[in-house]
Amino acid sequence: MTAFDRDRVLALMDQGFRQMVPHNAELGLRMIDCAPGMAVLVLPWNERLIGNPEKRVLHGGAITTLVDACCGASVFLRLGNPTPIATLDLRIDYLKPATPDRDVVARAECYHKTKNVAFVRAVACHDDRSDPIASAAATFMLSTKGKSVGHRT
Amino acid sequence: MSLKDILESARERGDFSAFVDAIPYARFLGLTVRREGESLITTMTFSPMLVGNATIPALHGGTIGGLVESAAVFQLLYEADQLVLPKIINVTVDYLRSARAVDTHATGIITKQGRRVTSVRAVAWQEDRDKPIATASAHYLVGA
Repeated sequence: MTAFDRDRVLALMDQGFRQMVPHNAELGLRMIDCAPGMAVLVLPWNERLIGNPEKRVLHGGAITTLVDACCGASVFLRLGNPTPIATLDLRIDYLKPATPDRDVVARAECYHKTKNVAFVRAVACHDDRSDPIASAAATFMLSTKGKSVGHRT
Repeated sequence: MSLKDILESARERGDFSAFVDAIPYARFLGLTVRREGESLITTMTFSPMLVGNATIPALHGGTIGGLVESAAVFQLLYEADQLVLPKIINVTVDYLRSARAVDTHATGIITKQGRRVTSVRAVAWQEDRDKPIATASAHYLVGA
């Protein structure tokens, strides 16, 4: 078995998940770290993603998108081959509002996988992981045929 | 005009469009609303930048999350007395079908309106309302 080439995988994933996923590109999502079954993504601050214009707090949907993309990436990194996957469910606890003008970082870990299902947990924060903005749990359906579950990232 | 004034005026006129337009993320997703009896139907007009899988193509799961969360909040503000945006506590989204590259609609149903917490369910569909693509359940902190 060959060792995990972090720099090579990171460069491929960071490029691929924007090229293949227009909405990730629109948000300017970047992958900044990875390991087998683990992904770290950054959502750059963007005025268009504000949910509360008076407090300038990011909309929950923007955090949801970041977390969904990050969780999906962690599953790909666990599988190690381009198997089509589909989000089955995603639960997010919003622990505190995101601070205006700051990037949000999400870290997801695919901590278990069966033949059909992958289980993921994720946390979003600014730069201090002990002071999280959101915590999430997600499950993904795995398919080797693609058509049976339809691939959706 | 403050958000509170926009919301008050939306309630009086029974038209939430100006309120939706005041939320940058709702504009970003291309959301519009219309009334249907006691419900507000939120529509996310298809745009290529909403795509999450270019090969099918299918919408990004995050955009569906953003749509159902928005529909839940709009319904809450439509029905409840409060004039401030509720704070979301959590949301669970169940993805039922692949979301194709067409317009997507969603509406919320308030399941419990408490003193501090309101529970809202939301459902999203595309061409066939009987074939939902996603359902969601969310809790909001209200009046606090």
